[in-house]
Amino acid sequence: MYVVVIGGGNVGYYLTKELLTAGHEVVMIEKDASRARQIADELGSIVVPNDGCEGRYQEQAGMSRADVVAAVTGDDEDNLVACQVAKMHFNVPRAIARVNNPKNEQLFRRLAIDDTVSPTRTILGVIEHEIPIHELLHLTELEGGELEIVEAQITADSPAVGLELRDLTLPEGTSVAVILRGSRAIPVRPETRLADGDRMLAVTSAEREPELRRLLIGD
Amino acid sequence: MRVIIIGCGRVGAQTALLLDQRGDHVTVIDVNPRAFERLPTGYSGITIRGNGSDEDVLRGAEAEMADIVMALTEGDNRNVMAAQLAKHVFGVPRVIAKINDPLRAKAYRTLGLETICRTNILSSALVTAAVDGAAATNGMVEEPTAEPMRGAPPPGSRAAAAAEGS
Repeated sequence: MYVVVIGGGNVGYYLTKELLTAGHEVVMIEKDASRARQIADELGSIVVPNDGCEGRYQEQAGMSRADVVAAVTGDDEDNLVACQVAKMHFNVPRAIARVNNPKNEQLFRRLAIDDTVSPTRTILGVIEHEIPIHELLHLTELEGGELEIVEAQITADSPAVGLELRDLTLPEGTSVAVILRGSRAIPVRPETRLADGDRMLAVTSAEREPELRRLLIGD
Repeated sequence: MRVIIIGCGRVGAQTALLLDQRGDHVTVIDVNPRAFERLPTGYSGITIRGNGSDEDVLRGAEAEMADIVMALTEGDNRNVMAAQLAKHVFGVPRVIAKINDPLRAKAYRTLGLETICRTNILSSALVTAAVDGAAATNGMVEEPTAEPMRGAPPPGSRAAAAAEGS
């Protein structure tokens, strides 16, 4: 595959190195001239020492025949613009952006960035799975971010504990997908009663999420 | 009308003041609180410290109620992102982004942003001033308001030679 990597920080550097090792064709664009030289000294003359958000340097990097562009600088703004320029001017089939502020993921998707990777969200996810917290866990997004699957931990303090599902007034457009008790999935029926320790997976929208959180976890 | 201005540099501050004086509801956002010192004491609008391309900050500025958002920081990409955030997440009817790279500005107009490009404005005004004079630039290039102080021109300069010849 032909991959253009934008940004030669640690992420860009190791990404490029791994891709080269795996036998892919890679060109990196790095704005800082001395950093670009340093990487070129080590990895070969595959570095365009310029601003990866500018069309002409993307052209120099051969963007028009790239299969993938990965914008992995430390700035969400730059990653967004680099991907948009690659899409607009060079029709790159797949644009991947590193996103530092997890809230930007949805915006990026809406702006036709194919994939976003948020280290912040990943680490957050790991931490949230490790320590009990009283929030909804985001498991994944559906329909380009319009819908999400969330997990709620039912505890003894939950407003929903001891209630049957038919007594829960779920927010509009929300549905319960599965209830996990221990390591078993239990049937989702109107008369299913929620117990301390249950984990509920539900599909909802971003707007309805706070309502769902209040219902299941409380304020 | 409700206006949000992102970036309180010289341009942002003056735009905020002019709109405020017109009676519009103005909110200015800047990461650096010292930037607000550019606003004169007469400014009666709101100032918010924060990053204008951060969703939470825009929400705090009540972006969903804004009629227009202007992204006027020194960074083209920051402006592009803030403007798209305002347009696509908060549904702001009009957004204007300052984009000083003319090619990038052109590209983002095709994505529904209004743009203002310093490079285009200055270069066209300067060409007009060079060809047709400052008066033809509609106030963009301004003529001097007084003659310079008179003194002996430095010896050997073009002005000195002209003075000698007269």
